[in-house]
Amino acid sequence: MSEKNDDLKKVVNQALAEQKVPHVKLDKMKPSTVDIDKLTKPSKETHQEYWGKGLTFLAIILIILLVVSIIGFVGEHGLATFFSDHVNIIHFLTSTNWDPTQGENHVGALAMIVTSFLVTLISALIAAPFAIAVALFMTEYSSKRSAKFLQSVTELLVGIPSVVYGFLGLTIIVPTIRNVFGGTGFGILAATLVLFVMVLPTITSLTVDALKAVPTELRNSSAALGATRWQTIYHVILRASTSRILTAIIFGMARAFGEALAVQMVIGNAVLMPYNLVSPSATLTSQLTSQMGNTVMGTLPNNALWSLALLLLLMSLLFNFLVHLIGKKGKK
Amino acid sequence: MKEIMTAKNVKLSYGNFEALHGIDLDFPEKRLTALIGPSGCGKSTFLRCLNRMNDDITGVKISGDIRFNGKDIYSPKMDLVALRKHVGMVFQQPTPFPFSVYDNVAYGLRIAGVKDKKLIEQRVEESLKQAAIWDETKDNLKRNAQAFSGGQQQRICIARTLAIRPEVVLLDEPTSALDPISSMEIEKTLMSLKHKYTFIMVTHNLQQASRVADQVAFLMNGNLIETGPTEKMFISPKNKVTSNYLNGRFG
Repeated sequence: MSEKNDDLKKVVNQALAEQKVPHVKLDKMKPSTVDIDKLTKPSKETHQEYWGKGLTFLAIILIILLVVSIIGFVGEHGLATFFSDHVNIIHFLTSTNWDPTQGENHVGALAMIVTSFLVTLISALIAAPFAIAVALFMTEYSSKRSAKFLQSVTELLVGIPSVVYGFLGLTIIVPTIRNVFGGTGFGILAATLVLFVMVLPTITSLTVDALKAVPTELRNSSAALGATRWQTIYHVILRASTSRILTAIIFGMARAFGEALAVQMVIGNAVLMPYNLVSPSATLTSQLTSQMGNTVMGTLPNNALWSLALLLLLMSLLFNFLVHLIGKKGKK
Repeated sequence: MKEIMTAKNVKLSYGNFEALHGIDLDFPEKRLTALIGPSGCGKSTFLRCLNRMNDDITGVKISGDIRFNGKDIYSPKMDLVALRKHVGMVFQQPTPFPFSVYDNVAYGLRIAGVKDKKLIEQRVEESLKQAAIWDETKDNLKRNAQAFSGGQQQRICIARTLAIRPEVVLLDEPTSALDPISSMEIEKTLMSLKHKYTFIMVTHNLQQASRVADQVAFLMNGNLIETGPTEKMFISPKNKVTSNYLNGRFG
């Protein structure tokens, strides 16, 4: 009997030895002993967790500090115009008389404010329908390959530096306007056309995202009810993505409002109330870029420019607020 | 009994992969046919052939002969938009459009060019009643359809499909995303409607098929294994595989 047992043991051992995959010994799979002391102390993973939390928190603190100090700095200098130089804030917002070197009664930004808004609104108004059409073609009609191609084209357009757009505008658009309408060719029209090209890709790519976010099931359901592609687009897709498309347009407007260099190159830089689309004028941003080298820190002309900067900052806050507002409405 | 839709030797392939290997199946008018079978057997794919929803898939090839009222739906002359007005479809997930219940149900009529407000109003009410969702929606027809529960949304979608008075309604697992109570509501709806419309339903739920279907077709691996009246299929199927599947002895 014992011989047989031995035999069996031998057979098993030999089989185990011949196995290519090592035999798992079950007693190694017992639960590891629990160390109560260790449980109450943070483990290595928990330490890593602390580190990760700490690092991201630090980054956030840094960014918040940066934002607060930018707002503080711009605010301090921008408000100095009103508090230490005694410029009337109502006068600043309603007068078109801009010549800060002549004293506090010549600090009126209305012409620039109006021009900035006109340029922004007109360029967004022209760009939005084009952008929506292009985005619709890319998402609803074209094949995947041509959509990819169009997407890389729009990305390229976004990536071109603004000075290049300004240069192109200066050499092509301004002379063309001069030949067609007379005058110098500089003005709101030229700025609008340049901004149109610059804003178009921004609105397009955001609108593409908006349209892609519409579930395919809605398209299928509409088609299954006997709708044509166009009916589906018009009645379902555009309706489902309205708030996101509006957001896209506002982002485009924010870009147009903030664009300085390209606008400065084609708008003419005369701080005058624009009386038509081809008269030279200036926007808030173009005035900042063209004049910031000509003033001395701490003087009224310099502070007046800071006030323009503050106005721009407030406007971008307003754009952000609008985006949030529309986003909230869209969710309802 | 009249056959409203007939399919002969329907084959479908994506690229090199053949998903349907020649399916012959007829659908009697004003009856409910259930397509059953394991996941990936091609029943949804086959269903989507019947109103040409597969056309948009890149690299898809469909051959065979599918006739609706005797007309070849894959003939180049067939108007896709017109076909889908006669052969409607309800999807697995409820897909209400992001506007009011009323506009959802009226959608199909409006895009078909119906301008008569009275007619639309009448149809909307009728369809919501038919889909057994009228009592829950009659007081808030202006409410966004996406604000309703999943089961209610699905019945709104059924009402939306019925509003254009299709002859055939294709249902692609219409209750699989719903809880049992909502599913029961939908089943009741189908039971009450199946003598007015022709339904073709894909379902994973065998009890559901046995409860509502008049005819059952069992598909596996892209082949039609067996088809017949529901009772016969469940009590005495001819094929061993069918019997195993229906009794849960599968694989």
